Amino acid sequence: MNKNIDTKKIIISNPLKLDCGKEINNFPIAYETYGELNSEKSNAILVFHALTGDQYVSGKNPITNKDGWWSYVVGENKPIDTNKFFVICANVIGGCMGSYGPSTINESTGKQIGTDFPIITINDMVNAQYELIKYLEIEKLFAVVGGSMGGMQVLQFVANFPDKAKLAIPIACTSSHSAQNIAFNELGRQAIMADSKWENGFYSNYKLNPDKGLAVARMAAHITYLSEKGLQEKFGRKLQDRDSLRYGFEADFQIESYLRYQGSVFVDRFDANSYLYITRAMDYFDLSKQYKGNLSDAFKITKTKFFVISFTSDWLYPTSENREIVIALNSVGADVGFVEIESDKGHDSFLLDVPSFLKTLGDYINSTYKVINERRI
Amino acid sequence: MKEEFNIISNLIEENTRVLDVGCGNGDLMKFLQENKTKDIRGLEISKEKVQNCLSKGLTVIEGNAESDLKQFPKSSFDYVILSQTLQAFLNPELVINELLKVGKKVIVTIPNFGYWRVRLQLLFKGTMPVTENLPHEWYNTPNLHMCTIKDFYNFCSSKNIKIFKSIALKKSRISEINKSNLNYKNLDSHLGIFLIES
Repeated sequence: MNKNIDTKKIIISNPLKLDCGKEINNFPIAYETYGELNSEKSNAILVFHALTGDQYVSGKNPITNKDGWWSYVVGENKPIDTNKFFVICANVIGGCMGSYGPSTINESTGKQIGTDFPIITINDMVNAQYELIKYLEIEKLFAVVGGSMGGMQVLQFVANFPDKAKLAIPIACTSSHSAQNIAFNELGRQAIMADSKWENGFYSNYKLNPDKGLAVARMAAHITYLSEKGLQEKFGRKLQDRDSLRYGFEADFQIESYLRYQGSVFVDRFDANSYLYITRAMDYFDLSKQYKGNLSDAFKITKTKFFVISFTSDWLYPTSENREIVIALNSVGADVGFVEIESDKGHDSFLLDVPSFLKTLGDYINSTYKVINERRI
Repeated sequence: MKEEFNIISNLIEENTRVLDVGCGNGDLMKFLQENKTKDIRGLEISKEKVQNCLSKGLTVIEGNAESDLKQFPKSSFDYVILSQTLQAFLNPELVINELLKVGKKVIVTIPNFGYWRVRLQLLFKGTMPVTENLPHEWYNTPNLHMCTIKDFYNFCSSKNIKIFKSIALKKSRISEINKSNLNYKNLDSHLGIFLIES
């Protein structure tokens, strides 16, 4: 949201036809890269971010001054080692970190686009990012990787561009957004739209921000990223900076205080309209419907190797939904590995320090890179 | 172990498509990958073992042969291997049927409960046999359905499953099993290896 920071950006001049029927052109894609592209251009990994992520995968995020959102996975000597790999991550269209989104200024009016921004889909996001890969002149990516909405983009990318990645790693995701997930997203959107400062999406015209609504949306969503067991172990009924209940509605419990904090820091870095647009894109995601109800057809011609990962305590994108992807891939004879990682950290496991996840992912990527390179020689 | 791998490898033609069911830590997969074919997948029920395999870059799926073989299309592999695992299933017959659907040919290896050393333990000690090949006690064994070479041989003929090749292993001595030497091989071998087709 803070546009004072210099983000790497390209302007896509090719018109992009969106699923909603509208066409966009001359639109910005903000991105970041880590590591060096080798001379054969064979070490590039495209990382897709999740709902509230951005292009700052690793290192310090210049906007929040916190570690990049996937610092456990990407960086020097990390599972995706930037000494070895060239890592690219772009802010999705619809986002608020420099790519074309509802907070982009419309040059003819000098105002933010707001809810005049077209509805976008996961497919549109992926097609826009493909333009970045073309711009970087990378013929074939070594890997496309992402968790949650990032995983959906991985699936869509391989479906759209079956010969552009050697390896695809969708993590903790689904091929089609479930009723439960749509329900939670709708809850978040309603919280934002119920905030009187939302102003039908044109809050910036009035120098307003629906931060209360956005914070509630974030708090509700945050619960879905954790597990019941994880919450109980971390917070239980512990009280926040007090010895006894106060008999009021202040944050007596640590969990309340924690959620309030999560909500309040979120509104400083995220645009409410982007939250509406991106959650909508997730809800619309149904890859199997795109292929007339047969998910396998999305992967029929691809030679891309797959590695699907889920987590035991993830109830938002449960193992059963990840397994459906594996089943679809198997039924067309695709090369697919799958593991469900044991973790109490819920859906957020893919972002956190879960050693068996980090080790398996890192070892797999590195040994596969070695095998693929050896074969080429 | 090495002998078993060699025998299995010799049963497989080069550059074919192979699935190893119950692939464990991927030792056989690695062996076949180096000697026979790059196109090899694994199915394994233990998370830890699946992670070991994936760490080595092997394509392995976490899953249960009794419920997860269904997802593979009919005859999608040239060979499906079940190495010393049949006895651990709740329903071995169902698993064999699934294997025969998924694979054009199936290789099954069986720790032979009819081996004389096994028989002697029950006969003289009066306790459930514990051997090098079957190291568990009765109360912690994963093996629910032990069988003998003869049992499996008879099972195949009663179910009209074609046996292409049947090999007996004793220490590192390899020999063929046939109808006339079945009783002897059943007594004198610790492992039976069968190449079958529906």
